[in-house]
Amino acid sequence: MSTKTIVSAAYVAGAVAAALSTASLVTTTGAVAQEKEKCYGVSMAGKNDCAAGPGTSCAGTSTVDYQGNSWTYVDAGTCMDIDLPDGRMGSLEPLDRDLPA
Amino acid sequence: MNSHVTVAETTSARFSKYPVDGLAGASFKPEHFDAINGDSAFAGFLEVHAENYMGDGGAPHRLLTAMRERFPVSLHGVCMSIGGQGDIDADHLARFAELARRYEPALVSEHLAWSTHDGVFLNDLLPLPYTAATLERVCAHIDQVQQAIKRPILLENPSTYLLFEESTYSETDFLDEIVERTGCGLLLDVNNVFVSATNHGTSAMDYLSEFPLEHVGEIHLAGHAEQDDGEGHKLLIDSHDGPVADAVWKLFEIVISQCGPIPTLVEWDNDVPDWPVLRAEAAAARAILDRHAQSYMLGRRHA
Amino acid sequence: MPDSGHESAFSTAIRDPYVPTPGGVISAFGGVPAKRFDVYRNNVTVSLVKALAEIFPAVSRIVGEQRFADLARLFVRENPPKSPLLFRYGREFPAFIESFAPARSMPYLADVARLERAWLDAFHAADAAPLSPQSLAAIPPDNLPIARFVAHPAAALTRSPFAAVTIFHTNREERTGQRIDAGIAENGLVTRPGHDVVVRSVPAGTAAFLNALLTDDTLAEAASKATAEDAEFDLSAAIGLMLESGVFAAIESG
Repeated sequence: MSTKTIVSAAYVAGAVAAALSTASLVTTTGAVAQEKEKCYGVSMAGKNDCAAGPGTSCAGTSTVDYQGNSWTYVDAGTCMDIDLPDGRMGSLEPLDRDLPA
Repeated sequence: MNSHVTVAETTSARFSKYPVDGLAGASFKPEHFDAINGDSAFAGFLEVHAENYMGDGGAPHRLLTAMRERFPVSLHGVCMSIGGQGDIDADHLARFAELARRYEPALVSEHLAWSTHDGVFLNDLLPLPYTAATLERVCAHIDQVQQAIKRPILLENPSTYLLFEESTYSETDFLDEIVERTGCGLLLDVNNVFVSATNHGTSAMDYLSEFPLEHVGEIHLAGHAEQDDGEGHKLLIDSHDGPVADAVWKLFEIVISQCGPIPTLVEWDNDVPDWPVLRAEAAAARAILDRHAQSYMLGRRHA
Repeated sequence: MPDSGHESAFSTAIRDPYVPTPGGVISAFGGVPAKRFDVYRNNVTVSLVKALAEIFPAVSRIVGEQRFADLARLFVRENPPKSPLLFRYGREFPAFIESFAPARSMPYLADVARLERAWLDAFHAADAAPLSPQSLAAIPPDNLPIARFVAHPAAALTRSPFAAVTIFHTNREERTGQRIDAGIAENGLVTRPGHDVVVRSVPAGTAAFLNALLTDDTLAEAASKATAEDAEFDLSAAIGLMLESGVFAAIESG
């Protein structure tokens, strides 16, 4: 199947002309000027730091989380508001088989 | 990332060469950008972790450029792995050198620590034994960094939580040797001195008396957290999550009274408060610098 | 003198909490330095989990902080960062979510994570002015069908059988009380036309069109692929969106 047989040059040129004539097109410089103020104050994600973390807590040394066991409990989360296509709720169900032995 | 695109900002605007002598500063956090912009009275310097500005473009560079137009900037690397067994990552060093070129920082520093092993990045400043072999390696790495950025770096003393049986040098002797061999300067982190001394049951004052203070180009202050080592001993954590401790202020004042007003930076990386809190910590450091600036100059004249 | 091997012992023990404290490390007070060594374990693991939570805030909000931390900890142990730049971390995280059995009840989660990862790449992408309408207008009409475009460094397109874009926005903006039908397929277009990263949902035809252009098809080839995918495809509207959102930086010469 050749693509050229489907889309004619005139169709493409016409669509470009129509797009360019749309008055609502925001020009780049306009868009940048508008957002100049609100974009600051951003907090960076994935920062490198030289500070130490929680010290001697067991947060990073735990061996009991190996099976992801918190995932076997149902609790609050925005997932409760997300409906799946087959009518299931997007919430978590207890998964006995993933519990640590 | 697209290689066909020529980035328009390659011709770097030259910044003013703001001196950093006698100034106090604070960590620059992007969330403080607006507050710092609105703070016309702040006359200190700002320090950034180099890695956070190693992206190709966007907000980080825009914010840092705006800050650099107003203030002297200190470029503080946190993961060059200078104390590591492996080679310095050439790409990482090239990015670091590019930042040093682009932002013309008043101060450039890195850590006596390692963080990359066998291609895996362990996101922490990890300790190394102080031996003839590690000394040689650290010096080779510093030579390489200094050649790449075409200027000396300041090397920071670490906070440590344990020691190595095989160490044959004291940390101060080790640093002294490094300075001697590489011509680098030192970043004296007074909080780290206090944290390590407490953690190893030694005297912070003894450490400072053995520290090659004449090579210190910058001082760090920060808050720490107090825990225990499970064996009945206090264990301080270099958490950077609160105000500078009184004991650290005292040590700082002793250093400044001996050395004069060395540029001093207050670090705050976790639970970062609003800008005025950080600024007040920097102002407290500045007051100590100012107090001793005069007597130091008099003392020098007599010397 | 040969290396002492302190690094590999340290490195292994940091990454695996089942491995005992390495030999040769001591406390000045004597005794077992286990808790002292744990400080380094905590620093490494917790800081990486925290970095992932910052990079994937919508995923974290959807599953809850504790569950996210557990998921992230498993990920960190299997996929430690290879680059010291943390803002590049987590590229394998969406696939990891897909393979994580307990998350199967949230099949949209991986696609939300893909959008979040693309958002951060766009945030750090090189600066470039988006293609101007004038540049497009300057092309002779006869040459338009064979025009090819140079992607803007920040541009990315994600395709999902789920409402990934709506779920992304709802959770990044921390909105509540909204019921989302996850079964509506959404294609996420990530761009940075000015200072800010913009994430929007685009129709299937437009996604096919932009995807074709991003993979170096000509305007005519892209238009025909889009029409084949979506009979309702509106080429003029798609070109308008392409300009407004800044998907491209330039027109390829020749």
